[in-house]
Amino acid sequence: MDQKTKITISDLNLHIGKQQILKNINLEIPEKKITVILGPSGCGKTTLLKSLNRLTDLYPEMKVTGNIMIDNDDILHTGEDITRLRQKMGLLSQRPYPLPMNIYNNVAFGLRISGRKKKRFLDKRVEHYLKMANLWDEVKDRLKDPASALSIGQQQRLCLARGLAVDPDIILADEPTSALDPISSEAIEKKFVELKQQYTIVMVTHVLRQARRIADYVVFMYLGEIIEQGTAEEVFDNPKEEITKQYLKGTFN
Amino acid sequence: MVIGLIVVILLPFILGIGLYLKSTMLLENQSLFKLLFSSDWRPLAGKFGFLTFILSSVWVTVVSLLIAGPICLLTAIHLTQYAKTWVLRLMHPVIDILAGIPSVIFGVWGILIIVPFISDYLGPFLGKQVSGYSILAGSIVLAVMIIPFILNILIEVFKTLPDELREASLSLGATKWQTIKLVLVRKAFPGIISAFGLGVSRAFGETIAVLMVVGNVTTIPKGIFQPGYPLPALIANNYGEMLSIPMYDSALMLAALVLFIVVMLFNLGSRFAISQLEEKE
Repeated sequence: MDQKTKITISDLNLHIGKQQILKNINLEIPEKKITVILGPSGCGKTTLLKSLNRLTDLYPEMKVTGNIMIDNDDILHTGEDITRLRQKMGLLSQRPYPLPMNIYNNVAFGLRISGRKKKRFLDKRVEHYLKMANLWDEVKDRLKDPASALSIGQQQRLCLARGLAVDPDIILADEPTSALDPISSEAIEKKFVELKQQYTIVMVTHVLRQARRIADYVVFMYLGEIIEQGTAEEVFDNPKEEITKQYLKGTFN
Repeated sequence: MVIGLIVVILLPFILGIGLYLKSTMLLENQSLFKLLFSSDWRPLAGKFGFLTFILSSVWVTVVSLLIAGPICLLTAIHLTQYAKTWVLRLMHPVIDILAGIPSVIFGVWGILIIVPFISDYLGPFLGKQVSGYSILAGSIVLAVMIIPFILNILIEVFKTLPDELREASLSLGATKWQTIKLVLVRKAFPGIISAFGLGVSRAFGETIAVLMVVGNVTTIPKGIFQPGYPLPALIANNYGEMLSIPMYDSALMLAALVLFIVVMLFNLGSRFAISQLEEKE
């Protein structure tokens, strides 16, 4: 594949106590493509995603070893400020967690904490990113309403706008549509396909059809290990490993 | 079992009605408004103005909350966000022990430590001649007593905040402290208010420990170094002694009724707020 690599993970291991959650992960994530991490629940997909923006720091019981290179910086051993590093990546979680403030401030939050506080600048940015997340038309008359008043599908798009507003290169998405209705899910999927022009997208999912619809590159994980990785065509049409075949056929237990 | 349950449910009503019936004698003679907003307390002359006692109660309650509130909030934040898990595990029994100490012990501690501290050190330091038996002494003792209650609730409130909310804020580039200050405390705000409300309902009714250090003088306190005479102290000091004075027992019952209603309202209000919070989660 003739492709620039955005994230290079080498020999990543993660332990909680004696339990090993991630085993020898070696992975190259291509720039400006959608990489889907696929696998049954509890296989370490979410943990892998969280180690990419060092949210694993929150849980002192997690021991991480190995290297994760993003833009030639090993983020596990970086000298850079972690908060700056995290702003390189927007995060969408399984369920939307709007911040306890109004719609406008949710989007402006990341900008404000990085010191950009001028109202005119913020107004423009908030509008821009809400439009980018296809939410502007629905909320432009009620920007001062609490974000919790939005429907769950709207909240997830708000979280997308909020994440994009800090101007990241990478979008990390952890089963971003699992709590959404089919129409909202489709909206997010379409958005992702659009966004890959500008962003490197890493999405965790266990919805096979979703992966087939939007993945450029597929990583199949099982019990903390990467079983198989390759382009979507390779993995979906010609899986090499027996476990992958079973999982794709749905005969997996 | 059902009968037991019914008795428990009815108890507050029986109490409230009993107090009301007992205080009607006084209420028939004088208007409630006058009783609550007059500070003229001369039982022998038939004057029962409760204002002094009500204001004393408000003083000690407010000041104790001002002392206990910030301490509890910061402690809860530290324990749930910064401390190692074993520290929190260690703190739980410590808090429970503090909550279980009989209040008279806090009273004695107040007389032996707090009162002399105020009269010998704090008063002179601020250039005041004070006896130490004061609103401040009562408030400090009360603060120590309500800290475990408020703290326990606050720890629960902060624990129920979803990890994902922290992660969302951090992933946007917020520092840990920005996350706590701008997101977590704001999200927990209704819970914090309820915890303080329950603290108030405890502080308002606490009797013996406050009575021992607050001075019990029947004048409206004008500052924290002056003595006061809260409602519970009034009832505890006088019930059974002065009942030969006409209407006295009825007046004390009315004081009890006021206390009962205030405490109940704060309690119900705070619990209601907490239940609202839990439903939203």
